[in-house]
Amino acid sequence: MEHLSSIEKLTQLWDQQGDGLLSVYFTAGYPQLENTMQIAKELEQAGADLIEIGIPYSDPVADGPTIQESNQKALQNGMTLEVLMRQLEASEFQVDIPVILMGYFNPILQYGVERFCRDCSDRGISGLIIPDLPIQEYLNHYQDIFDQFNLKNIFLITPQTSEDRIRWIDEHTGSFIYAVSDASITGAKTGISGAQEEYFRKLQAMQLKHPFLIGFGISNKETFRFACDYASGAIIGSAFIEVLSKAEDLGADIRNFVYSIKGN
Amino acid sequence: MSFPIDSNGYYGSYGGAFIPEMLYPNVEELRSKYLEIVEEPSFQQQFGELLKHYVGRPTPLFLAKRLSKEYGCRIYLKREDLNHTGAHKVNNTIGQILVAQRLGKQKIIAETGAGQHGVATATVCALMGMECIVYMGEIDIARQRPNVERMKLLGAEVRSATSGSRTLKDATNEAMRHWINHPFDTHYIIGSVVGPHPYPDMVARFQSVISEEIKSQLLELEGRDYPDYVIACVGGGSNAAGAFYHFNQHQQVQLIAVEASGLGLHSDKSAATTALGKPGVLHGSMTMLMQTADGQVVEPYSISAGLDYPGIGPLHAHLYQSERARFMSATDEQALSAGIKLSKLEGIIPALETAHALAALDQINFNPEDVAVLNLSGRGDKDLETYIEKGTY
Repeated sequence: MEHLSSIEKLTQLWDQQGDGLLSVYFTAGYPQLENTMQIAKELEQAGADLIEIGIPYSDPVADGPTIQESNQKALQNGMTLEVLMRQLEASEFQVDIPVILMGYFNPILQYGVERFCRDCSDRGISGLIIPDLPIQEYLNHYQDIFDQFNLKNIFLITPQTSEDRIRWIDEHTGSFIYAVSDASITGAKTGISGAQEEYFRKLQAMQLKHPFLIGFGISNKETFRFACDYASGAIIGSAFIEVLSKAEDLGADIRNFVYSIKGN
Repeated sequence: MSFPIDSNGYYGSYGGAFIPEMLYPNVEELRSKYLEIVEEPSFQQQFGELLKHYVGRPTPLFLAKRLSKEYGCRIYLKREDLNHTGAHKVNNTIGQILVAQRLGKQKIIAETGAGQHGVATATVCALMGMECIVYMGEIDIARQRPNVERMKLLGAEVRSATSGSRTLKDATNEAMRHWINHPFDTHYIIGSVVGPHPYPDMVARFQSVISEEIKSQLLELEGRDYPDYVIACVGGGSNAAGAFYHFNQHQQVQLIAVEASGLGLHSDKSAATTALGKPGVLHGSMTMLMQTADGQVVEPYSISAGLDYPGIGPLHAHLYQSERARFMSATDEQALSAGIKLSKLEGIIPALETAHALAALDQINFNPEDVAVLNLSGRGDKDLETYIEKGTY
């Protein structure tokens, strides 16, 4: 039995499914330290197409209150990158859909960038989103290490990103582009405005090399479908963290949530 | 004669711009225009006039004779405490608000810890008729009531930062989040030589007026335009950056940076970043940072709210690593008694931040012919309650 490499998993998603992809973000170690595997598994079974696991950080500047609180709680629970890497070891963590790690740069720097890349590669991580490691710093100082382990960084763009810069990011991003829907932090707004629609149209018309997923402001079926009209899919973070924060039955609540987004 | 910085904003291996893409347009606009703006003759003229007529510069360089006698050398005090608003902070806020105007911004945001930078920002916003929002940690709001009221009196809105540890670093996070959400009409006036490039360089330039004046004043007073020592306290490090600026390339000048060691270096209640920190990324730059083994930022402690920051400016991290500057530290107790000593010897009550620099005088072996300049970064009125409560005099 041949296993797909972690990056092939993502490529296969675009090739075989191509659109309507649902990516769900959650913070590792939240609501409980040991929930990481269970949440990932439930998301997979419920029909999420890829998952983004957040590495908690004390100072998440690009995140709104919902994700900040989940980060703080996860840290209180004892989550660290060391613990997360143990949880992600293959014998423990049996999830087939692509898994992306998302985290701020400082914990990765302290873990050791090379060690982090090696461990991600060993654990079949399909990509990385590091919001405060911008493309220029990445190319100047870290790309060689990431390349050595065949790991790809997925870069963000916003409605304020110039066309030239989008093309440049398209050259270097791994597997897809994360299109932030609005000038905002996570969880700041829900819903999509006319200006955003124009931005999505522009992205669509640019015929980029990489597919793009839309994130920020996606919280329900309506906004998810709207995003999918323009993009290959969408990313839900804060709205899912809200569900986790109130969950009484993790499994059932996760299934209901995914169904409420993706179901008919 | 400045600090060596490369085109990507690095001082050696420290600095850069570690910012999320959402902040890129704001920071890039500033980066691509700040040098041109600050070098324009009309900017220089307006900046100079405001420093002279509004701030009250040049500030005196005062030979503190009784203090000098105590330490057996010649100690000059650079009187930044005599600036309008009582500290060096206003040099930077004047500069940045002029930049903001030239960038066409209408609104100003700032972060503040003890409230000194918040007051300096609210002051220049009132002066220029600009809207001002200051983020301040919930805990700091409770313990710095007079400065909160001062900012409000000046017309600023003070917003409570309720996330994380609810102090200066979280106020900075909230200001950054606000800036992400308002990318077009708002300029963020960072209060120290921290943050993503070009902030450290821009703020250091505005504060460099301190060492520029020291040079010409020393020439007049001592017949040479450099001292043997420049001594300054470091939280984020803006007053030290300004005092060191024009002496950095002058190898005969010893640069002494003094951090706050709180209840003691190894008491877990300290803010001595170079002694306790490791390289890390916070608020947009690679610098020395107090953090856990897992890379979570540690909440620092000092009796002085202005030194209570878990990082230092990247230029200071470089001064530390390259051993160009000597980094020392002073405890709460040492700072308090040094502040009281200056009050009694020279009739000047210093800010508790500055008192840390004064405490370092005890740790230096001076020769009788040495000339030392100590940057008296702020006045102590704001700290009166702490002096009363914790000091013995």
